[in-house]
Amino acid sequence: MLEIRDIYKTFNKGTINEKRALNGLSLTLNDGDFCTVIGGNGAGKSTMLNAIAGVWPVDSGIIFIDDKDVTGLSEHQRAAYLGRVFQDPMTGTVADMEIIENLAIAARRGKKRGLRWGVTKAEHETYRELLKQLDLGLEDRMTSKVGLLSGGQRQAVTLLMATIKKPKVLLLDEHTAALDPKTAAKVLDLSDKIIAENHLTALMVTHNMHDAIVHGNRLIMMNNGKIIYDVSGEEKKKLKTSDLLEKFSLASGEELNNDRMLLSNA
Amino acid sequence: MNFFDVLGSYFSSLDPMAFLQALPGTVAQGAIWGIMALGVFITYKLLNFADLTVDGSFATGGAVTAMMLMAGCPIWVAMIVAVIAGLLSGFITGILHTLLGIPDILAGILSQIALYSINLNIMGQANRVISFNKYTLVISLRDVNMAILVGLAFAAVIIMAFYWYFGTEQGSAIRATGCNPNMSKAQGININVTKIIALSLSNGLVALSGSLMAQYQGFSDINMGRGAIVIGLAAVIIGQVLGEAILRKHFNFIAKLIFVVIGGIIYYVVIGIVLWLKMPTDDMKLFTAVIVAIFLAVPYLQKKSKNSFRKVAKQNAKNSTATEDGKNA
Repeated sequence: MLEIRDIYKTFNKGTINEKRALNGLSLTLNDGDFCTVIGGNGAGKSTMLNAIAGVWPVDSGIIFIDDKDVTGLSEHQRAAYLGRVFQDPMTGTVADMEIIENLAIAARRGKKRGLRWGVTKAEHETYRELLKQLDLGLEDRMTSKVGLLSGGQRQAVTLLMATIKKPKVLLLDEHTAALDPKTAAKVLDLSDKIIAENHLTALMVTHNMHDAIVHGNRLIMMNNGKIIYDVSGEEKKKLKTSDLLEKFSLASGEELNNDRMLLSNA
Repeated sequence: MNFFDVLGSYFSSLDPMAFLQALPGTVAQGAIWGIMALGVFITYKLLNFADLTVDGSFATGGAVTAMMLMAGCPIWVAMIVAVIAGLLSGFITGILHTLLGIPDILAGILSQIALYSINLNIMGQANRVISFNKYTLVISLRDVNMAILVGLAFAAVIIMAFYWYFGTEQGSAIRATGCNPNMSKAQGININVTKIIALSLSNGLVALSGSLMAQYQGFSDINMGRGAIVIGLAAVIIGQVLGEAILRKHFNFIAKLIFVVIGGIIYYVVIGIVLWLKMPTDDMKLFTAVIVAIFLAVPYLQKKSKNSFRKVAKQNAKNSTATEDGKNA
């Protein structure tokens, strides 16, 4: 479903701030894979997701989505194949527009936007049903501005938007990191449910090793712009956070001394 | 002569009838500028883009209308070509901004300055007279009451068209682009295209307003658009402040549009009052700038006064003296 072949990306080339963010990264996700991504700060997790989404062109390498080479497509052109949820709840939605308008914009992802109505009558009912599934009472506030919602509610709406038109790949970039633990758990459960129900292929970046182990069928660990550990199936289910810490120091040759990751062991 | 004599003779020299007689003309001009302000609304409010092209495209609308009329075209043809010229100037600003990466304000300034020369070239001289005695015009000084009606009719049609357009898929995409460009890209919206469309539409509307103004005043002038952006902003902001105060929660999209036009009319009535008070006409632009600055600053200062460091400090100082008094007692 997704194939990344040997991609490189260096930021601020030729300056003192030069940073090689992706270093010959390769990854193949099978149809229906739900893969969690962990790694220290600056390991290239978000950079990988941005490379897939086409936020900027990669320096070299090829990206296939559903056997189609998308390396030369710009961000808005690739959007047709992707669903994305970001770390900042403000990023994924338009605050000044109604919940239903946001959903309608997402439902037209990859389609030509012409002079038909932005939200049709028929869509009202469809969206009401979808919002009901979130169990947040949003089905009664469909014409409220998204800006009035809480961070967790906004992430839930963004998740719905990302999957309203079934994406080839769902990209979740630390989408629960800005939420309180209880809300984060709720949004994660919702992600699980949506991914399972729609049989989606997904990549989820997280700083929480426990979440990375519990969710999904595959786990990759990144360091210095490369995948240093890739585990799936039964082997993944048996993993403990201590194993991951050990694997990290073994594979990268350095201690995993990232506060956020250590703290999230609990 | 003492101060009160001066004041007395000043007030006795003011003629209320003169103000009332001038009022219909003021309202007509306000309605025409209100249409222009609807164009500014698209860029400033929906696209979050302060587009200075309008100073040029307003005059372009007037210039094209005058020359087409003089070439013997019917007024409707002249107005359509004027709108097309406006669309093109907005399109150029859009290209400068999106494809060539020039910041929004600067892209508008470049178009504006280029349009000054283009407008001179269109007219061949600095101004052209289009008298209602000679041409059939849509709106003119001949019948000022009719002019008000025509101006408001144009505004009404445009508001309805806006209401429809910004409810469509394309219009929604433009609104999304203005509010959250990153989300828009992630949802497959080509934000370069939406920006160019919005800038074109906006300037097309501004040129239409310029065309109406040239017809109304009976001439097209190279400087007729000078300061148009400020007048447009004044109308948008006055309308918004008033609309929010009057309608509060019910200040929906269509009300916002209507209040933009009302803002334009109010602005011109205020200008009429100031002129009636015999303030020198040379100071009008200064006056306009001050009005706009005040209307822009008021919401900011209101917000700040509700939430300021000094206020907390004062409050705490007051409380601490109060408790100390309590201790002493």
